[in-house]
Amino acid sequence: MLEKALSGSKRYWIWVTLLLAIIAVGFVAYMNQFNNGLGVTGMSRDVSWGLYIAQFTFLVGVAASAVMLVLPYYLHDFKKFGKMVILGEFLAIPAVIMCMLFIVVDLGQPMRIMNVILHPSPHSVMFYDMIVLCGYLLINLVVGWTTLGAERKGAPSPKWVKPIIYLSIPWAVSIHTVTAFLYAGLPGRHLWLSAIMAARFLASAFAAGPAILILLCFIVKKVSKFDPDPGVGAIQSLVKIVRYAMIANVFFYILELFTAFYSNIPEYSAPLRYIFFGMDGHYSLVPIMWTAVVLAFLGIAMLVFPSTRMNKATLIIGLLSIIIANWIDKGMILIVAGFVPNSFERVIEYAPTLNEILVTLAVYSIGMLLVTILYKVAISVREEKAN
Amino acid sequence: MYKGGKIIASLIIFAALFTIPFFYNMGKVNAGPDVALDTPAIQQLSDKQCVESPEFMRANHMKLLNQWREEAVRNGQTVYINSQGKEYPISLQDTCLKCHANGSASKVALSNPASSTTGVSNPAINESPEFCASCHDYSAVKPKCWSCHFEPKEAAK
Amino acid sequence: MSINRRQFLRRAGMVTALGIGSSFVITGFRKKDAAASGYTKAAKDMPAKRWAMVVDMSKFKSEADMEKVIEACHKLHNVPKFPNTKDEIKWIWKDDYHHTFAGGHNEYLDEHVMHSPFMVTCNHCENPPCVRACPTEATFQRPDGIVAMDFHRCIGCRFCMAACPFGARSFNFKDPRPFIEEVSTEYPTRTPGVVEKCNFCYERLADGLMPACVEKSNGGLIFGDLDDPNSEVRKIVSTKLTIRRKPELGTQPSVYYLVGGGEHA
Repeated sequence: MLEKALSGSKRYWIWVTLLLAIIAVGFVAYMNQFNNGLGVTGMSRDVSWGLYIAQFTFLVGVAASAVMLVLPYYLHDFKKFGKMVILGEFLAIPAVIMCMLFIVVDLGQPMRIMNVILHPSPHSVMFYDMIVLCGYLLINLVVGWTTLGAERKGAPSPKWVKPIIYLSIPWAVSIHTVTAFLYAGLPGRHLWLSAIMAARFLASAFAAGPAILILLCFIVKKVSKFDPDPGVGAIQSLVKIVRYAMIANVFFYILELFTAFYSNIPEYSAPLRYIFFGMDGHYSLVPIMWTAVVLAFLGIAMLVFPSTRMNKATLIIGLLSIIIANWIDKGMILIVAGFVPNSFERVIEYAPTLNEILVTLAVYSIGMLLVTILYKVAISVREEKAN
Repeated sequence: MYKGGKIIASLIIFAALFTIPFFYNMGKVNAGPDVALDTPAIQQLSDKQCVESPEFMRANHMKLLNQWREEAVRNGQTVYINSQGKEYPISLQDTCLKCHANGSASKVALSNPASSTTGVSNPAINESPEFCASCHDYSAVKPKCWSCHFEPKEAAK
Repeated sequence: MSINRRQFLRRAGMVTALGIGSSFVITGFRKKDAAASGYTKAAKDMPAKRWAMVVDMSKFKSEADMEKVIEACHKLHNVPKFPNTKDEIKWIWKDDYHHTFAGGHNEYLDEHVMHSPFMVTCNHCENPPCVRACPTEATFQRPDGIVAMDFHRCIGCRFCMAACPFGARSFNFKDPRPFIEEVSTEYPTRTPGVVEKCNFCYERLADGLMPACVEKSNGGLIFGDLDDPNSEVRKIVSTKLTIRRKPELGTQPSVYYLVGGGEHA
């Protein structure tokens, strides 16, 4: 089926070339980092994780969000998602691969990565994260490829994939739960030391992930003859999922704010005070965080009112607001501010360097290239069937 | 098989290209390293014996070094008892380098592994014929010991 | 030929798997190298159940006394001096009371006390969160309580730095060698991309020597086995008032700060 990605329109090839160019630039930037060490990034002794790990966290959510299509379609026989499920699975695969790449580019000694398998440490959450991510990648590859292959032949999916599909549902939840456990089990990092971290992660994932998927569906509809939602209201159903997930996400955040501020324990509220109001003359995250707050509420509003939800233009604005708000929260601030103030109650700020940003963009481009290829295959199969 | 002939022909061409270096060098004599055992450093020693027999060391020194590393760093066992029951401190500098020292008098600056594109720049390997260089260059194996450990001579200045 | 491409690929795959698999079997049966040998601890090695340190700041009379201690450690262990604090590496350093014992801010505390310096280093916790976090066991706890690093194994993921509540760990963001002023041959340097921290001088303990900082501290740093009822550290910790950094986190730090100082056992 892969050969479908080798023939396309001129626009398709321009897009692929553009992505390859960004990847090439990022590769040069990564070689610079590889040869000179992580000193070329903005990370420091105090803020020892930055943009890379934050993107990893955000993208685990995107990967897990495929379950929001798989679960209704396969468990509740929600037929509306029939055409879209494959797009969800084919979004999860590049998302997991991007997660893995972000971990690799974050390592100080990437050549030693196999030590994680050579010296397995079941007391480390990282060990479980490796297992669940690899497993999730495999599950989605098998399920996506097999169901699409069967569809191409006009046959029902083989019976043996059914249990794997069912397994993918709890597995999707597990990848984001384990990722939350990376942070939520660390003593002394008060922003992360929260029992609802995994719940927050899942809520934000189920908002941002399907929102991205809806936008991708719009693009698919525009550039191809395949319509993922041929008037059945699949997108509007997904919009409802995004809306409730985002409301839950904001609600969980408010729970965090209440506990931190009402208990009045200074260590608990310190990172939040830094994020929302700045601390000791350091304000770099304040405007960004408030932007996220505004966008979160704007996004929810756009998705609540039927008039704005049904209108494609305002719907896109709402979805973009939600994606950006979640990205700011999870793909930037949560990780960085977990280290601020540091263990000595000093505020040391972090800002990514150009080199770091180029590497990040390249990893995203690799992901987008994979999305493009996988979607191209899926769309071609569908178009072939339609003819 | 669809386009079977082409596929099999391509596979044969691929295999042929892949094995060119092997066939190219087959039958050619490549002189091995000539390692002198009577260096001034060794002559000065009262006990001219390595921690194990030369045959064992030639075959297993890398495994032994790995074992030493595990025992000394991870288990705090800093003394090695060899097959004759003799004890040696586990130390590159105080044991290995006593004999396998840098023969040349040239002082070597601290290497900077990060600036090297080939992985590790390696003063000891490059400059001391008695130590790793002769054999390791010959077999094109680059150990990374010297990005952290170093010879006493460099630091004595 | 009546096979299709799928069958061809399947058969080729099976042959490859068989080849790789049998090569594993063959190497598995090969005789292991036999050096009839063993390992033991050095004769001078100092045994202990739980190494611990008491910091008595009253014995440090001046800045120079503290610098001497830091210098001794950092010189011995080839700790580089980076001009940029972002890349900073430190094994033992000083900070003021207010920041060392962060969390219990007392606004009426005398300025002098608030800014009085304290020596800070890795606490070698009894329940180290860094060891729990490490995915390769590059950082591990020795039977004598020391939380050690195996620089050979560290992949540089920095999970341990996130896990340490004491900010005791540093990462080699850059190659340290050009930034080491005076090289010590007693201890190797580090490769870029690994995490490092105080190791309670286990290399010196194996030679029967006290840690370098303790040696240069004029009695300000007292080191010993907390498990030994006759050790000085045990006597101080059991009879005098000592405090530890962030005891509420349950990591059980092994570095104690003697309150008030003065004469001790």
